[in-house]
Amino acid sequence: MNERRITYREALREGLLEALRTDERVLLIGEDVGRYGGTYAVSKGFFDMFGADRIRDAPLSESGFVGAGIGAAIGGLRPIVEIMTVNFSLLALDQIVNNAATLLHMSGGQYNVPVVIRMTTGAGRQLAAQHSHSLEGWFAHIPGLRIVTPATLEDARGMLWTALDDPDPVLIFEHAMLLNREDAIDDEVGAVDLDHAVIRRPGRDVSLITYGGMLFKCLDAADILFNEGIDAEVLDLRSLRPLDESAIIASVRRTGRAVIVDEGWRSGSLAGEISARLMEQAFYDLACPVARVCTAEIPIPYPTHLEQAALPQIDDIVAACLEMFHDQ
Amino acid sequence: MSEKIHLDHDHAHHLMKAMLRIRRFEEKCAELYSGGKIRGFLHLYIGEEAVAVGVMEAIGPQDTVVATYREHGQALARGVPMTAVMAEMYGKVEGCCRGRGGSMHIFDRERQFLGGNAIVAGGLPVAVGLAMAHKQLGRNAIAVCFFGDGAVAEGEFHESMNLASLWDLPVLFVCENNLYAMGSAIERVQAEPELHKKAAGYAMVAERVDGMDVIAVEAAARRAAETVRTSGKPYFLECRTYRFRAHSMFDPELYREKAEVEVHRQRDPLTVFPAFMKECHLANDDDIARFEDEVARELDEAVAFAEAGHWEPIADLARDLYRRETL
Ligand SMILES: Cc1ncc(C[n+]2csc(CCOP(=O)(O)OP(=O)(O)O)c2C)c(N)n1
Repeated sequence: MNERRITYREALREGLLEALRTDERVLLIGEDVGRYGGTYAVSKGFFDMFGADRIRDAPLSESGFVGAGIGAAIGGLRPIVEIMTVNFSLLALDQIVNNAATLLHMSGGQYNVPVVIRMTTGAGRQLAAQHSHSLEGWFAHIPGLRIVTPATLEDARGMLWTALDDPDPVLIFEHAMLLNREDAIDDEVGAVDLDHAVIRRPGRDVSLITYGGMLFKCLDAADILFNEGIDAEVLDLRSLRPLDESAIIASVRRTGRAVIVDEGWRSGSLAGEISARLMEQAFYDLACPVARVCTAEIPIPYPTHLEQAALPQIDDIVAACLEMFHDQ
Repeated sequence: MSEKIHLDHDHAHHLMKAMLRIRRFEEKCAELYSGGKIRGFLHLYIGEEAVAVGVMEAIGPQDTVVATYREHGQALARGVPMTAVMAEMYGKVEGCCRGRGGSMHIFDRERQFLGGNAIVAGGLPVAVGLAMAHKQLGRNAIAVCFFGDGAVAEGEFHESMNLASLWDLPVLFVCENNLYAMGSAIERVQAEPELHKKAAGYAMVAERVDGMDVIAVEAAARRAAETVRTSGKPYFLECRTYRFRAHSMFDPELYREKAEVEVHRQRDPLTVFPAFMKECHLANDDDIARFEDEVARELDEAVAFAEAGHWEPIADLARDLYRRETL
């Protein structure tokens, strides 16, 4: 085993680099991915390495270049389309929802769309409401798409590989607050499985069900809870569509308690969906009602104290868990 | 009639029959719709046949065609079998998309036909991407994209024109300007109703042609497709045409006078072209009668095929949602 310490950003970059080197059909399309070096510096230097055809700087036209990525994928290329942030993906909703997700079905199985669309998501950098939302749950509503949310370095590097091998459209949501996070990575780890949730911390007393940027807050919360005598399990969903329902149910059957931690807003959220599934399938295994820790129902504010107050925090997660035991 | 291409006997007959197949097919569809055999939205192409036929003559089997929801004409002209199109209209599993799409979503991978987009302008970015793949994978193929005048007001139209021109991509944009987007007459919704001028603003060759004249369309489309193929750059062809029927079967057509439609009917390609052929001794009444017979037989066969088709079992409902699971 050969371990190194790198950042999430570097892991994303390594995944991209390897994909571009291995397969001539792979190209990166997006605003400022080339000469600028990528808004988050993920593709810095790639333009010189691979040229303008494979590192394609797109004009500001999200619907146009996402649709072009879809067409290119149908035509035999393996495009990776980068959208600066999930907020801007709304301009490309038509292409993602009406074309990428539907063409296979409407064509009776003739045209699959092997496009990979990456975008940053999440708040925490005081970028205010139009740059901070977490809308991955919306996309997870759409049949025909695959939605993945890498939280660890291995996933950040490996999910791209798996996504490129997938004959269907895959959307990768990369949390902006993870970009500078440094950790150890095992060089042996390559492509990762996109379908299964992973227990990042086993525990017996309560299941913290989460994904993406909230994973590390949950792990920290679990440490605090442990000192309080509560052994929390942390389940990283990794894929929001399809949801690994059996992993969720199995974890909750073991622990008897569930707290869902989701940076999306609570109303109509993925947390709501998971909660409903627990009700349908694990109701009699639950020792107490399911709890949700979500973002406050407001557009994300600019001032840091308000932004932080809006987001799910470690203390909120701890409090939600403690309450479950307190009430008993 | 334009004289720009050499029109021999066989070619004239071929064009005539291709237009007649579309016309009779769609008349039959309207009838079947009233009889409840075909449901959903049905947008007829009647009056616009010369555009699909002229353009398809100009392109090769390796080229990809992107169309809209008014695409039966393009599909038939492209060579999608009438039986498969009709079965699709019925929603039968023998249809070209297993009945999953219906009238608005006709696809045929073998014939590089991915028409059937019901989102106005939604196909344009896809055509740009297909052209990108053709170019980058070194294929001698172009992407042909049909869309109406209504699409020109959408952002995706402008984004696509910019991308195709900026990136030098081989796309032939075919604007079927039938002067209406549903009930909106072009002057009421376009600040610049001369649509080819908009394309010219994206630094590409843009041309306007009489879309009721099949020879003129074919000549222009040949020139355009050839230019796209050799230059690798996009080209905009505006075909001025007219639909004689309502926008869809639900449309009571309150927005235009019957008299206006009558004026345009004088230009009906299915009367003008046969008259021209007779005048030039390229065809006689017997030939025309023979075409009618042949088309009628093909149509009967298509209807019988669709009638005899099967409903997809409900057990297959979730089929073709993801390719990976079916691999
Ligand atoms: C994005 C979008 N908006 C609205 C509609 C509803 N609609 C269907 S057809 C149509 C008119 C389109 O006109 P045009 O592009 O000129 O094509 P034509 O019907 O004349 O062939 C409209 C508004 C739609 N399908 N898609």
